[in-house]
Formats: sequence, structure tokens, C-alpha cells
Amino acid sequence: MTAPRTVRRAVTMSVASLGVFTLAACGGGGGFTSGSAPSQNTKTAGGVKLTMMIGSSGPAETKAVQDATAAWGKSSGNTVNVVAASNLDQQLGQGFAGANPPDVFYVDASKIGTYAKAGYLFPYGDQLDKSTFEDSLVQAFSYQGKFYCAPKDSSTLALQINTDLWKAAGLTDKDYPTTWAQLETVAKKLTKGNVTGLVIGNDHNRGGAFMVQAGGWLQSGGKITATDPGNVKGLQEVQKLMQAGVLKYNTQTKPSTGWGGEALGKKVAAMTIEGNWIAGGMKDFPGVKYKTVELPAGPAGKGSLMFSNCWGIAAKSKNQAAAVALVKQLITPDQQMKFAADFGVMPSTKQGLTQFEQKYPDQAAFVKAAAYAKPPINLPGLTQATTSFDSAIGAMTPQTDATKLLQAFQKNADAAASGN
Amino acid sequence: MFKRRSSLRGPEGLYGWLFTAPMIIILGLFLFAPILMALYVSFTNWNGNGSPFVAGPNAQFVGTKNYTDLFTRDGLTRTAFMQSISNIFYYVLLVVPIQTVIALLLALLVNSRALKAKGFFRTAFYFPSVTSAVAISTVFLFIFGNSGAVNAFLGWFGINGPQWFNDGRGLLNMLLSAIGLDGSKAGWGQHEVLGQTVWQWLSGPSVAMTVVIILVIWTTSGTFMLMFLAALQDVPPEVDEAAALDGATGLRKLLTVTLPMIKPTLFMVLTLGLIGSWQVFDQIYVMGKGNPNGTTLSPAFLSYQTGFADLRYGVGAAMSFILFLIIIVCTMLQRFLLRDKDVRRSRRRQPAVALADQPAGVTK
Repeated sequence: MTAPRTVRRAVTMSVASLGVFTLAACGGGGGFTSGSAPSQNTKTAGGVKLTMMIGSSGPAETKAVQDATAAWGKSSGNTVNVVAASNLDQQLGQGFAGANPPDVFYVDASKIGTYAKAGYLFPYGDQLDKSTFEDSLVQAFSYQGKFYCAPKDSSTLALQINTDLWKAAGLTDKDYPTTWAQLETVAKKLTKGNVTGLVIGNDHNRGGAFMVQAGGWLQSGGKITATDPGNVKGLQEVQKLMQAGVLKYNTQTKPSTGWGGEALGKKVAAMTIEGNWIAGGMKDFPGVKYKTVELPAGPAGKGSLMFSNCWGIAAKSKNQAAAVALVKQLITPDQQMKFAADFGVMPSTKQGLTQFEQKYPDQAAFVKAAAYAKPPINLPGLTQATTSFDSAIGAMTPQTDATKLLQAFQKNADAAASGN
Repeated sequence: MFKRRSSLRGPEGLYGWLFTAPMIIILGLFLFAPILMALYVSFTNWNGNGSPFVAGPNAQFVGTKNYTDLFTRDGLTRTAFMQSISNIFYYVLLVVPIQTVIALLLALLVNSRALKAKGFFRTAFYFPSVTSAVAISTVFLFIFGNSGAVNAFLGWFGINGPQWFNDGRGLLNMLLSAIGLDGSKAGWGQHEVLGQTVWQWLSGPSVAMTVVIILVIWTTSGTFMLMFLAALQDVPPEVDEAAALDGATGLRKLLTVTLPMIKPTLFMVLTLGLIGSWQVFDQIYVMGKGNPNGTTLSPAFLSYQTGFADLRYGVGAAMSFILFLIIIVCTMLQRFLLRDKDVRRSRRRQPAVALADQPAGVTK
């Protein structure tokens, strides 16, 4: 007698649990009508209204992009509306579910496979001159042999050193580590009391640099190569430093820190491994002096990791020609140097990088690393696999079996690749 | 039935529909239709490109594959989903009873005649519930940080506090290990059931999840206190007096008189608590996102992540419908357990009568 009422009540009350997906299903407002192929508009000059969605780091970046697009709009007679998304993934997702996604948008390199596979992206890489970019950036934005979009900027990892602590430990400019052995030696000298010699982020985007230095990396071409012996060697080096007590994750310091830059700023780390965004982060800690040098080389030579966003253009955009013209303007070395001045990003073109190195000699280590850095994993559908891999790396102790850890990731990634 | 169809009262039905129409349309359009749409999405492999309702390579109909895969296909999706279910099971197991008991105790406290400045305490206890979950979660991130207030406090007693948000050890695992039943190496703990080992199923909430549990209990017990308070104030003083005359005091009065009188509210609090707990999302999104080691994953967060990060909207939707089913089953079970066993339906609002030996007309 009570059962039907129970069901009804429970149904009404639990309805909200589906909220997330009802949002997804009708996101973008055009959920019912899309599916028609965009009518290609090939005109580039005059009267085109472009929408651009960016994941901005702050007002400085938003303004710089607005200024740059407005300048292009003025010279070409078009208008560009720049939208700074608060959650880029989600807002893009809503856009693509509808018929009118933004024409131009930021795409993180790790998302290329996922977006390309789902048909979100217009591959305009063949309209660009590949040779103007660093090779690792072209790889980062290629999926199944197709170069999808123009790299917007680049970031690489290098070693930051607190110069005061460095001197206090009796070290000089000649002691900057260039090999793993030297890294261990200086880290030991720098570890004292609350200060840990080297503090790194607790995921594959930091520890992975050691894998590259040992000759491995998690992805090679279109395949996940986690079980490569270089990767095992790299992780074992991290474990070795941990065992010696000279390397900690940012989460393990006291006080715990959100990332390596904070650890450096709060002086619980004498060295850290971060990218060129650290310049912005260290503005919070004006009292801390630091220097950036290249990462030490491992048994297979120098190695670093590359991070980047590209200017994605929607496959559904009706203004692709105008969008490509806009992007071509945005990736000129001059414009990239302007962005660098406005909000500190490093250019993606070789020419831009050369100019950047000349203008900001203290960041030369990042520019040099661009030549040997590996791009991020960009195959589709790997969020869960990498999340679980990062959890495992974050929980890694010197006793953990690094081989097994990498095998587990390989297995999960292979399963994800075959299941999609 | 026949009376309502008589011609005299005929238009009334029409008016009824007319007046309720706006609400029916709004609910149908913004609640019921989206649910059906999401249900359809859960049967497709929609990748978020274009509408899920036009057939094509972007949204093929795959039948119940998304559902069956979550249970039968060996892989990370199943492992993560099962881990989220086991996380949330322990979460609900702790949150619902504790928050209900605390809410009831607070209500009794605030309702008691002895307490002065009731208004202040009522506001104080209710305050966490009005504050945004995101803001409170952020504050908790600082309080439970490695060198936060909690660890500083523990430090006074010489206790080295854990790294709350990075500690993935399960409480039940730790307890079992302490009494010599360590299953992390032993054979019995390593059998795999639905993608997780027995030992993982028995992990209990992780240290990180415990923080979320504490936070949620703290914020929601205020809301439920208010509901209990309303119910307590509805209990006629005569019943209290009669119970006192019969010599019932303290705990006995609470258990045999007060509680049965507010049983409908108790039912509501438990139901709302149960549903809200299974769906926990904001706190997870802010505090853990599944870290450390997936021990703070909740099914709601996992379905969001599967949809928006991996573009597997179908699988994500299937997860939320399974969650929906679990909630319905739990609510039905709870209703079954809390049903009146010997009182007929018409008299279910008068449970205290027999005991207090009052004429039936006194209770409402």
C-alpha cells in the first residue's frame, strides 16, 4: 500500500541528483536544433563577428587579449568579442553541445586528443608554417598525425634556487647542478631544519621531468609508453632523493604548500621545479630572491616538460577563415612579445623565443628547455587513468615499486584507449 | 468517483487543471523533460558535439552498455565508480546518523526552558547552514592544513596531526590492522569484487574524507535542528505534563514520549539527510576532487568529471541514474524500517496516547 507513495516521494526528492546531466543535455541553448553543417564563410575582410573564449589567468591577460583582438578587428573591419570563462572546460562543453560554439578558444595541450576525437576542432595546422614553432609544440597539438591548432604560448620546467639559502649553505655559482649526482649533493647541503633541498609538485607533470632525463616519457607518438625503462629510472631517482630526505612533495612540507612556487616563497624549499609562471607567483613573496637554471641532466641527457595552450578554432564555426586570419595575427613574434610583456607568457614561435631570451635573460633557462622538453600526454579519454596515476605518484614512498606503478598506468591507459 | 463527474461540478476539474497548469508546465519543462533527456543520454555514447538527439557518429544509441559496463567491464571506470560508491557508503553511514542525533540534541537544548539567550544559540547553530558550502570548504582547507589550527591544537597535547587532505588511509583499515586483521597482504583481503579488493571495500572513510564528513555534519545539523525545533514546539505541553505525572523523566520521556511525537519530522530529516548525503558534490569539488588516491571521490563528482573532462557524457549520466536508483532504494528501505508497526494508518499521529493515558482528542 505504501510502496507507490514511497517511490513517488523518493523520485521527486532525488530528482536533483540528475541536475548535473540535465545541464549538460541542454547546455548551450541550441541542444535541439544543431547538427547541420556550418555554411562556410570564406570572407576574411569586414563585417565578421567572432566570439573568443579564453581561460584567463587574470585581468591583465584578459585585457591584453582584448586589446590584441580589437586591434586586429580595427585593421580588418571585423569585431571580436572576448569572453573570459570561469570554467573553460565546462563552458566550452556547453558551447559545443549547441550549434554556436565560440569561434576561437584556448585549448590545453592535454585536451587535444579528447577534443579532436569528438570533432570539436577545425584542423587548420596545414595553413600554418610548422617550422616556425618548436617541434615539441607541433607534437603537442597533433593528434593522429594532424596538426590541429597554432600554439599560443609555451612553458617549460626549470630549476629555481633560493639564492640566499644557496649562499648560506656555502654554495657558489659554480655549484649549479648539471647532473643527478650534483643535484643530490646540493640538495643534501641545502636540507636543514624546516628547509627541504628540493620540493616538487606531487604529480607526473613535475616528477615526469626525471623520466625524460632518464630517456623515457609517458607518451611517444600516438602511444602511451609508461613501461619504458627510462620512466622507471626517473621515478627511482625521485625515490632515491626522497629516501635521502632531500626531496619532498609540496604537500609534505611543513607548512604544506599548494605548489612548488609557494614552497620556495615560504622558504620551506631551497629549490623547486616549476615553469615560467613562477615569476608571477613569486610576486607574492617579494623578499625571496631566486634564480632559475636549467634542470640537471640525467643519464640520457637534458630533459624537461612542455606545457602550452593553442588557439583552437571550432569545427562548427561559420567564420573559420576570419578566425584563422585572427590567429595568424596573434602568433606573430611581435604580438607574442607584447603578451609576454603584459602577462609574462613565453612565445611559441622560434623567433619569438629568441627575442624573449634576449629581452628577459633571467628566463633563458626556460627558453633553452624548449628545445628538449617533451609535450604533455594528449591522447583522448585518459582523465581517469592520469588522475589515478597522479594519485599513485602523490602517494609514492621510497619503498613503492616504481615498475608496478607505471605498469598500472599503462594497463589503465590501454584499457581506456581500447574502450573508446 | 461518480460524483466528481456530475455535470454540476464539471468545470471544476477544468479550473483545477487551468490553475495548476503554469506549475505543471514549468516543472515539466525544466525538471521532468531534462531528466528524460538525461536518461536518453545515458543510453548513448554522446561526446558532447552537437545535440544528443540527432542520430550520428556523435551520439550513437548503445542501449544499456553504459550501465552494464559500470558493473561488468574490468577497467578504471568501474574501479573508480565502485570506489566512489564505497566512499559514499561510509560517508552516508557516518553523516546521516550523527547529524540527526546532533541536530536533535541541539534542538532539545535550544527548546529547553532552562536555556537563556535561546535566540542567540538558535542563530549560532543555524549559521553554518546559511553560509555557502564553497566558502566553508575553503575555510576548512586552512583549518585542517598541515600547519592549520587543528594540527596546532593537537600539537599542544604532543600529538603529531595527520596531513589531513593527503592521507588516503581508511579508518576501518587502520582499525582492522590495529586489531591484527591486516588484509593488505593477507590472501582474504586481496580477492577482487567488482574491481576493488575486499580490503579496499573495507577501507572505511579515509582521513581526508573524514574532514569532509566533519564539515558536512557541522553545516547540516543546524538546518535539521530547525526542523526538529519546529516539531518540538508543536508537541502539546499537556503531553509533557501527563508524562511527568506518570513519572516519566529524562531519557525515558525522550524515547517514549517526545520521539514518537516528532516521528514524522524524524522521518523527514532522515530522508533529506540520506538524499543530500548521497549526492554530495560541492565540498568534494572544492576540497578533494577525489584526492588522495580517489578516496574522496563521490559518484556525483565522478559523473561530472566523466562527462565534462572525458567527454563521456553517456557514462556520466548512467552513473547519476545508478545513484538515483540507490537513493530510491535507500529511502524505501528507511521508510520500511520506520513504518508504524502496530498502529493503523488512521491513528498513526497518536503514538503517545496509549502510554500517556490521555484521551485521544488531546493530540493533534
